[in-house]
Amino acid sequence: MSSAWHAADVAAVHEETATARTIRLRMAAPVRFLPGQHLDIRLTAPDGYQAVRSYSVAAAAAPDTLDITVEELPGGEVSPYLVRKLSVGDQLEVRGPVGGWFVWRPEDSSPVQLIAGGSGVVPLMAMVRAHAALRHPAPFRLLYSVRDPESVYYRQDLAALAAPGTLEITYVYTRRAPEGRPVGRLDARSLEASVLGRETDPAIYICGATGFVEAVSGWLVDAGYAPDRIRTERYGGMGGTA
Amino acid sequence: MTGWAGRLPEAGTGAGGRGSGEDYLDGNALAGPLSEIFAVDVTSARGRCGSCGAVSAIAQARLYVDAPGMVLRCPSCLGVLLRLREDGGQAVLDLRGLSYLTVDLG
Repeated sequence: MSSAWHAADVAAVHEETATARTIRLRMAAPVRFLPGQHLDIRLTAPDGYQAVRSYSVAAAAAPDTLDITVEELPGGEVSPYLVRKLSVGDQLEVRGPVGGWFVWRPEDSSPVQLIAGGSGVVPLMAMVRAHAALRHPAPFRLLYSVRDPESVYYRQDLAALAAPGTLEITYVYTRRAPEGRPVGRLDARSLEASVLGRETDPAIYICGATGFVEAVSGWLVDAGYAPDRIRTERYGGMGGTA
Repeated sequence: MTGWAGRLPEAGTGAGGRGSGEDYLDGNALAGPLSEIFAVDVTSARGRCGSCGAVSAIAQARLYVDAPGMVLRCPSCLGVLLRLREDGGQAVLDLRGLSYLTVDLG
């Protein structure tokens, strides 16, 4: 068995926004992590009832530390507990990190276009951080669609890592923007104007709610981007909901 | 193990998350369960649908978790590709909806 359930210690918690929290987990043993992978978390109630959810890893620190970011879904069964009640020193049952599809592999030298809808930024942030830690030469670009400025995750880290030609970031504010910035949803035209050009043959990673992911990937294919260069993750169970 | 209270009074099998109504997940979410069975990551393998012949990565197919166990459906024709359920310490994996799987080695 390559993986099964283990206890992990909650080493730190950090409020990312008013409704999202980053949880630092110390795993029972050293882990091998690929940026984009997720953890499964299993909670067990006193009566034996169990719930399993998947959360993308936002950051990794060798040898055994992984951060997840959890968005609270009001009325959810698991996320309100993780965001509001879980404390440093508690333990969680975890499986992983797992997943080999929605991952960035540093041996790939392609330019990379990341596209996040809301909390879909979490696995993309792991890719951004790995890219920076390696001083990887591939140009990265992040397009981050978010409701308002207060909902942005990792704002300071992103600002510190942004550099022309290395990591370029475009924010799209859908409900309210900082002063002087436009408000509006992404559409086919604004998307094409913001992403790396087809001629650079970028590897494209899209993560967000199902509707966002399907709209964006459809526009890219219509614009001539090759479907086999686009990888998607809908966050139905991947952090962000439940 | 923790202070988690468990099932919500009116939450059914997980309000808004895994198991909410007609919603579905990516096959990505099978990575954990399948990691207990296979040594390689099967979600990055490409499978051919036995019904319509479409080829897609397991990670990109539609995963329904409301059914008994988990059901993976073809993103093109919604034919069943894979079923996985756990029963008394055993995993029962039904792969008859896939005519083949292509797995990267190494």
